Amino acid sequence: MSVNRSIRITGTLLLAITIAALVGPWISPHDFLERNVDDLLSSPSVGDMHVFGTDEHGRDLFVRTMVGTRVTLLVAIVASLVSLVIGVTYGAVAGYVGGRVDAAMMRFVDTLYALPFIFFVILLMVTFGQNFLLIFVAIGAINWLDMARIVRGQTLSLREREFVEAARLTGVSTARIIYRHITPNLVGIVVVYVTLTIPQAILVESFLSFLGLGVQAPQTSLGELVNVGVRQMEVASWILLIPATLLALILMCFNFLGDGLRDLFDARHSS
Amino acid sequence: MVHAAPGGPFDDERVLPAHVEANIEAAYNLDDPLPLQFLRYMSGLLQGDLGPSYRYREHTVGDLIGAAFPHSLRLGALAMTLALALGVLAGTVAALRQGTPLDKIVMGFSMTGISVPVFVIAPVLVLLLAVKLQWLPAGWSSAPGMSRYLLPVITLALPQIAYIARLTRASMIDVLGRDFIRTAYAQGLGTAAVVRVHALRPAMLPVLSYMGPAIAAIFTGSVVVEEVFGIPGLGQFFVRGALNRDYTLVLGIVVVYASLIVFLNLLVDILYGAVDPRVRYR
Amino acid sequence: MSLLDVRGLTIRYGDDTVVDGIDLFVDRGESVGLVGESGSGKSQSALAILGLLPRQAVVSGSVEFDGQQVLGAGADVLDTLRARRIGIVFQDPMQALNPYLRIGKQLRQVPLAHGLADGEDADARVIDMLASVGLPDPERQFRAYPHELSGGMRQRVMLASALIAEPDLLIADEPTTALDVTVQAQILDLLEDLRDNTALLLITHDLGIVAGHCEHTIVLDKGRLVEQGPTTSVFAAPSHAHTRTLLAAALRVDRGEVPAAIDGSTILSVGDAAVDYRDLQAVCDVSFSVREGETVAIVGESGSGKSSLVRAMLGLVPMSAGRVVYAGDALEGPVEDRAQAQRRDLQLVFQDPVSALNPQMRVQAIVEEPLCVHEPRLSAAERQDQVEAMLDKVGLSRKFLRRFPHELSGGQAQRVAIARALILRPKVLVCDEAVAALDGSVRQQVLGVLREVQAETGLSIIFISHDLAVVRSISHRVLVMYLGRLVEVADSAVLFAAPKHPYTRALLDSVPVPDPVVVPKRAPLRGEVPSPANPPVGCVFHPRCPKADGRCSSKVPALRDVDGARVACHHPNG
Repeated sequence: MSVNRSIRITGTLLLAITIAALVGPWISPHDFLERNVDDLLSSPSVGDMHVFGTDEHGRDLFVRTMVGTRVTLLVAIVASLVSLVIGVTYGAVAGYVGGRVDAAMMRFVDTLYALPFIFFVILLMVTFGQNFLLIFVAIGAINWLDMARIVRGQTLSLREREFVEAARLTGVSTARIIYRHITPNLVGIVVVYVTLTIPQAILVESFLSFLGLGVQAPQTSLGELVNVGVRQMEVASWILLIPATLLALILMCFNFLGDGLRDLFDARHSS
Repeated sequence: MVHAAPGGPFDDERVLPAHVEANIEAAYNLDDPLPLQFLRYMSGLLQGDLGPSYRYREHTVGDLIGAAFPHSLRLGALAMTLALALGVLAGTVAALRQGTPLDKIVMGFSMTGISVPVFVIAPVLVLLLAVKLQWLPAGWSSAPGMSRYLLPVITLALPQIAYIARLTRASMIDVLGRDFIRTAYAQGLGTAAVVRVHALRPAMLPVLSYMGPAIAAIFTGSVVVEEVFGIPGLGQFFVRGALNRDYTLVLGIVVVYASLIVFLNLLVDILYGAVDPRVRYR
Repeated sequence: MSLLDVRGLTIRYGDDTVVDGIDLFVDRGESVGLVGESGSGKSQSALAILGLLPRQAVVSGSVEFDGQQVLGAGADVLDTLRARRIGIVFQDPMQALNPYLRIGKQLRQVPLAHGLADGEDADARVIDMLASVGLPDPERQFRAYPHELSGGMRQRVMLASALIAEPDLLIADEPTTALDVTVQAQILDLLEDLRDNTALLLITHDLGIVAGHCEHTIVLDKGRLVEQGPTTSVFAAPSHAHTRTLLAAALRVDRGEVPAAIDGSTILSVGDAAVDYRDLQAVCDVSFSVREGETVAIVGESGSGKSSLVRAMLGLVPMSAGRVVYAGDALEGPVEDRAQAQRRDLQLVFQDPVSALNPQMRVQAIVEEPLCVHEPRLSAAERQDQVEAMLDKVGLSRKFLRRFPHELSGGQAQRVAIARALILRPKVLVCDEAVAALDGSVRQQVLGVLREVQAETGLSIIFISHDLAVVRSISHRVLVMYLGRLVEVADSAVLFAAPKHPYTRALLDSVPVPDPVVVPKRAPLRGEVPSPANPPVGCVFHPRCPKADGRCSSKVPALRDVDGARVACHHPNG
């Protein structure tokens, strides 16, 4: 599949999902908290507008899934922004300053990279209690490593490029060098990697929610829905399968999108 | 380190009468200043004593971990081996047959394996293979012997197989494009010899570097897998401990994991130096 | 019947035809030179013969080797052909050797794969071959890794690998382009010595190499064969226009007008300069001066320190010792701390034009930027006028203003770099191997631009180069550096006619002359430039010097006047 096509397809899919998540709960006659005791665990049917069926509390699954998608996407984007800011700053500083500072900073990143950070996050959540804000920060704190590495690598190679030397020589101020020469050449690769950190953020949030440590009921996210779905798996399989499929679909779209963007970026730069 | 966190293990449980709380705290040495607690813990650690579990009053953390560890170890080791073997094989084949339908199928599978989280795969697989089709045992205790390992190991290994396959393929394609491979062909070596003698070792380097994070990912995944399949391993105890605010248990498990990871990473570093001679003389 | 018979060879990548129906013949034992500029298709043709082109290449035509059709042949035919019947040596030995395997292990694959020997026999053969290519201590090199060897040694290893199975034809694709000129001479000699009856297809852009080592010459231009014949005929009476252009652009080190020395006031002087990096000394005790309107060339091979010297002078790297004086003022400290007025007067043009331009900026913005920084009071329209005038001066039309660097050819990009450097009307322009990456005719154009600007404005040029033929055509004075030290300084007329230092003499003797009548001399120097981290005691050149004696190995010679030149040698003039 050509690069542009895969970008267009995944991009469109993601857009569609986002729109559905935002608009869906409005057009459905059901509220996501509303419990309908007569209608527990009913399978999907169009008749009473329970398009995805209901869960064990009689709540409409379609609405809950869409709300859950909103939460998942929100957490992912905010957390990715957090890791973007941390990662780009860290990486750019390490790359531009270079030398021993850079070596030390990257050693630090390497050490962190191999640790199962999620465990430490869980530990933190255990001690500090569950806090929505904390989730964002925690996820952001896990994901900045890759971004830092990539940005540092790119900054390092840019710094050595002769057009930067030429600019220094001509008398261009350091600020203008960073602004005019280095940053535009970073944008491409940062965009690519942000699209790849988003799925990682989603994974972490979903993982935490699945374990019961993330989003708490009655609030929901896709991870939380899967958690519930596992428990009802043998009785009402759609409660597991629908959110699970949607989650997998979102993740795959972001991954393909990121890959496509990366290929595009590589091609343009090696020509 | 993490000891310096607010709140104690008994805080949000039942509200205890003040003096009972004081007694319990004295028994567990929690009323000592924090640095002293830390020192006590560390010295205990060196002697192999990880302290008592706050929840399971009859056992020490050491006991609990000792019992759970072999299960997790077996699970993790099997999964890692499977992941490496299948992942490298798939990746190499895909690289050699780049652009063909076989390549696209392999890549499609691996993309799915990476995107779908473990906690989705696990229950879905159980649903499909154990409940609906009844091919494999669903629970741990329901079938003694090796067959009960099959589903959990596959589930745990799947995302790693996917990632390693992708990594191997990309790395192999990159290596096969290098000049020295062209020299090898120019020397009259056939494809098999070129891959075996020249390409395989350098292509494995990124996979080797990934081993560190891979092990971490297996640990993380084992938490879910053990939950879903009811395996009494470290992962399960970790989650319980977290939910119960059982400090020492959680801490103990983290310590064990961390040491294991540090040790294994050291091993990986040594192996890396064995493959890449330029790194050796640093 | 020819050994190699190529007819109608065509190579296409998508819509792009890189080789368009060429015919090529090599007889047994014959040496054939395949010449052309970059993009002429010479390397592609060579790779096609051995079936080594990438998958995307669409190849048609006929390639017969010893009567057998090999184009499109199966793996079994090709595997037997490669190394055993046709050997090949590539341009860059560092990339062509596997950095992860020991030399011995890589080379023994050849006899093993072809069933010529096995186990210990194969190893013995390899060691023999390593000795034949002139490697000292072959057993040790057998166990070494490629990164432990120098460039010249690596290329010898490549030759060993290509010849160990005793092929009938050796293809050498730009075998010496990545090497220092004195090492190049050694490798070319080695090629001659080892060849015996093996046919040679030598691919190169350097007419001097072809003139000295090939009986037969084939000229390619943009994928088409434009001329072929015995070398002497092709050089003496070329029939095709392109051949004539190539020959006209080929500069010679032994002939040609030398710019006369300039008299004038000194505009820039450097005294007792030293540049140290963490574990080695790149430049030691170098002093020189530049006059107004003069072009001073700094020549040297790898490790000579010429780039480090000018970078330190410009403030891009720290100078560990010494003074720089420009127009009466001292220049010191990093370039960021220097006065704007000083910074605009000294500019630099790099070797690689493409990486010297910001890929995200258009030509317009690139050339304009220095103006934005130094002349903020100019209006946009005034800046535009100056940019367009500058483009005219370097010979680029206005349509280039909107282009990005990756849309430019090497020559065009270099001219943009020069335009950027000259737009502030500097007094001194440093050219660091500025024309090394350019082909013959483009090179002439760029040199022409430099000469014109110098004539018009009295610009001083510091011209760094390893190519003595180019230096001869453009410089008034020459500085020769070796391992960070100045060994000879003289006016061009004096230096090229009567070099005093043994190293200068060796350099001049090593340069291939594009004239088949001139018999190439044997490589005058053995060994290679030592590592700057471990310079020899006394005169740094003495281990390789044919005139060295006891005094040379203990006492550092000072720079003194000898017959119109300044030389640092105990035995100048032999």
